[in-house]
Amino acid sequence: MPDRPLFLERASFRRRRLGDAARVLPVLAALAILVPVWWIPARVSFAAGAVWLFGLWAALIAAVWALHRALRRADAATLRASQAIAQDDDHAL
Amino acid sequence: MPFEALVAGCLAYVALMFGVAFAADRAASQGRVRWLDHPVVYTLSLSVYCSAWTFYGAVGYASRSGLEFATIYLGPTVVFTGAWWGLRRLVRVARMHHVTSIADLISARFGKSNRLAAFVTLIAVIAATPYVALQLQSVSLSFEVFATDSLTDIPLAGGGGTALWVAAGLALFTILFGTRNLAADERHHGVVTAIALEAVVKLLAFLALGVFVVWGLADGPADMLGRIASRAQDQGWILKPDRWTALLIVSGAAIVALPRMFQVLVVEAADEDRLGTAGWAFPAYLFAMSLFVLPIAVMGQQLLPADANPDLYVLTLPAQSGQNWLAFLVFLGGFSAATSMVVVCTIALATMISNHWLVPLWLGLRRKPQGDDPEDLRGFVLNARRVAILSVMAVGWLYYQATGGTTTLASMGLVAFTGMAQVLPAMIGGLLWRGANRNGAYAGVGCGFLLWLAMIFLPSVGIGSPPPLPAGVDPLAFAIFLSLTVNMLAFIALSIFGMPDPVERLQGLSFVSAVDPIRHSRLARGADQAEPLLVMARRVWGAEDALRFFRSEAAFQGKSGYLPDLTPRFLTRLERRLAGSIGAATAHAMIDSVAGGAELTVSDLMEVADEAQRAKEETQRLENATAELARTARQLREANDKLTALSVQKDAFLGQISHELRTPMTSVRAFSDILRTPDLSEADRDRFAKIIYDEAGRLTRLLDDLLDLSVLESGQAQLSITPANLHDLIERALSAASATRPERVFRVDREPLDEYVAVITDADRLLQVLINVIGNARKYCDAEPPVLTIRVRRNLRGGAQIDIIDNGSGIEAGRQALIFEKFARLNDPARAGGAGLGLAICREIMANLGGEITYLPGQGGAAFRIVLPRRPPVPVDAAHRLRA
Repeated sequence: MPDRPLFLERASFRRRRLGDAARVLPVLAALAILVPVWWIPARVSFAAGAVWLFGLWAALIAAVWALHRALRRADAATLRASQAIAQDDDHAL
Repeated sequence: MPFEALVAGCLAYVALMFGVAFAADRAASQGRVRWLDHPVVYTLSLSVYCSAWTFYGAVGYASRSGLEFATIYLGPTVVFTGAWWGLRRLVRVARMHHVTSIADLISARFGKSNRLAAFVTLIAVIAATPYVALQLQSVSLSFEVFATDSLTDIPLAGGGGTALWVAAGLALFTILFGTRNLAADERHHGVVTAIALEAVVKLLAFLALGVFVVWGLADGPADMLGRIASRAQDQGWILKPDRWTALLIVSGAAIVALPRMFQVLVVEAADEDRLGTAGWAFPAYLFAMSLFVLPIAVMGQQLLPADANPDLYVLTLPAQSGQNWLAFLVFLGGFSAATSMVVVCTIALATMISNHWLVPLWLGLRRKPQGDDPEDLRGFVLNARRVAILSVMAVGWLYYQATGGTTTLASMGLVAFTGMAQVLPAMIGGLLWRGANRNGAYAGVGCGFLLWLAMIFLPSVGIGSPPPLPAGVDPLAFAIFLSLTVNMLAFIALSIFGMPDPVERLQGLSFVSAVDPIRHSRLARGADQAEPLLVMARRVWGAEDALRFFRSEAAFQGKSGYLPDLTPRFLTRLERRLAGSIGAATAHAMIDSVAGGAELTVSDLMEVADEAQRAKEETQRLENATAELARTARQLREANDKLTALSVQKDAFLGQISHELRTPMTSVRAFSDILRTPDLSEADRDRFAKIIYDEAGRLTRLLDDLLDLSVLESGQAQLSITPANLHDLIERALSAASATRPERVFRVDREPLDEYVAVITDADRLLQVLINVIGNARKYCDAEPPVLTIRVRRNLRGGAQIDIIDNGSGIEAGRQALIFEKFARLNDPARAGGAGLGLAICREIMANLGGEITYLPGQGGAAFRIVLPRRPPVPVDAAHRLRA
């Protein structure tokens, strides 16, 4: 019996933490792009800089992709859980 | 490649675009929007961000400033990493309000003020015109590359004729597919689909060129990196942190604030869910578009003459290498980039110009008495858009002709970016901060606009010059930081010290909390007012659409016909749908003028809040009622359980009674039968007669007890209340009980002084209880020698308690609860010789006397406590009888 509430809690908890991650990600991205240029502009202006920049860029794209996929799944899980609860309530009534 | 073939190919491509747009519009009008609404199409349409500035200018930018070009694409990437909570929210709120442009969004948020929208439109037009000119220039430049064989002296303004043809063609396309209808939502499937296709073309073209440059001209990525590293002595390539930061901010702002970006990102979005895909796919598109920029720039510098225009490397590199088909593909890519940007930008600007300049002006000039306004507003709005499209295109072309083209594409793009970035603080503030108000928006946008005009725009067109700055400070970065900082400070300061009007407060609540807006109306309910509204809606949408909307609203209210009641919900929906066609401010003003809506006041706001509060209270009340019902149901269930248990008890009781009555009855019958035998000795006869007599006595006692118990239980026992002394009662009880098992001699432990307590009670009944308890002790106490302890204590509130304790083995814990039940006999019945009703009767007597009898555990034997009240309660009917 305690399985379902536990599942719901987990789903919505995870959904919220992923939402937090979605808020933090742009800040991290901005820092990762800004700090090296303020810190060592001469060393990130040429070939090494290009590698760093495009590597970071690709990593960001992958991170957003993974995050959005996880968020969509968490949304679906939360929805399923709440629907299951609603159905249970229907049966109870 | 011959120039004629190029023109022919180009015309074929244009024809393809027209065909695609036409097919998509047809599909949409037939309701087949599934693939048109696909997130991939949406993501590709976002690529209007990559205009000709990106396609040609990025390489030129990179060859001058190295990696700095990437800021223009990294800014949007950072914004899109926050797509899930930032852009989704923007799109949701904008869709909720049927926002048609960024000017409309700002105006709707700040109290549906058309003047604010007109002001934002002004900024957009000023910022965008040179940008449109830039696209025309890039197209004509790319034609020139093919028209002339020389790589170096391509005239900047030589292609005026080409630019004119391009502008005319684009105007035609835009008018055809951009002003087809005045839908309630400003979506253009044909245009968006054509743009998506163009996005694919320009990406493929650029990637093909990049692959050719890296693996064809250079020797793979490692060689390319080596060539980039060899530029290390170029001071122009060293990144400047201030410019880097400023450009990131500005490009991040541009992705939402540029009119064309707002159009594709927000207005053309069916819902906010597609941002889940676009969130990573659009940065990936930008990544792909940027990946080969630096290699192309480096190879162009190394392979082409030093005075070749870097903005045209993408064309001249393949052309010079003899790759004519690649050059043609690249040309088509650049053409796509330029045309898609011009089309969307023109649509966005035309919407803003017609909704915020022309329509309000027209409505203001032709204000007539309400109701009898036969003009077709819809036709006017569409024509206004067509005129606006032509004007924007014409002004762009004129600008290009007048300035003779700019030498670098990048600078003009940045002028547009920085201009629209001035709108961003008001927009973000309006979405996140309920306190933001219209004066703050005016002040912020105004200050930013003036600073931008003075420090960036006018110098860019050669009027005035930026203020002198100390060495080492970059003028552009300084202007960006200064204008945005002053903008934000003014916005915040005036918002803090200002007081928004009620409409603004309602809108602020709706935007910040992303809840449905409420339109308050003091109109009386009734259909008589709906007709002028229908007439007005017909003027905007056309008769069919207006009737359909009104009928569906009426049906929603459960009414037949076409005239719904003027409920707040209906008015809200009508205004928002109208806003989707003509902007929030105009829609608001029109509904007010037709429906005679009075100015919204603070008290109306309070009323709206009251309504919400009432709805909340109603919900609360219902919840309470539900809880109450649940409670009652639980009580009923408990009562039912108790009744069932009682029924079981009753059955058991009847069974017990039958059994108890049957045992003596059986022996009476048996012995009377024996008495009837003739030759029975006298002694036997006597003995049997005695048995019969005894059994009959037992029966009588049992029936007496039962009667007694039933009288007591029904609460109708006659009590004779008198004062009594407990000491005397205990004396009498002890002597009466000594008849039980007289052979056992009990030592009785008493404290006579404590026993002199006077009580008011029914002495006989109390005596009955005492005898019963003491008799029980005599019967069951199995200790040797047996001791009976009697303690009397006066209660604080009057009354007394009597403890009767023996030193036997007592009653085991499990059965203590049972001993007061009827027929609950411990040990074997023969030994006790009673029916097991004694303690049950005691309990009923004590209850009738207002006291109680309980078993005291843990006293070293069986122990009972009899509690007496100060006086017994007077039953109601007894009181009646007393008075009578």
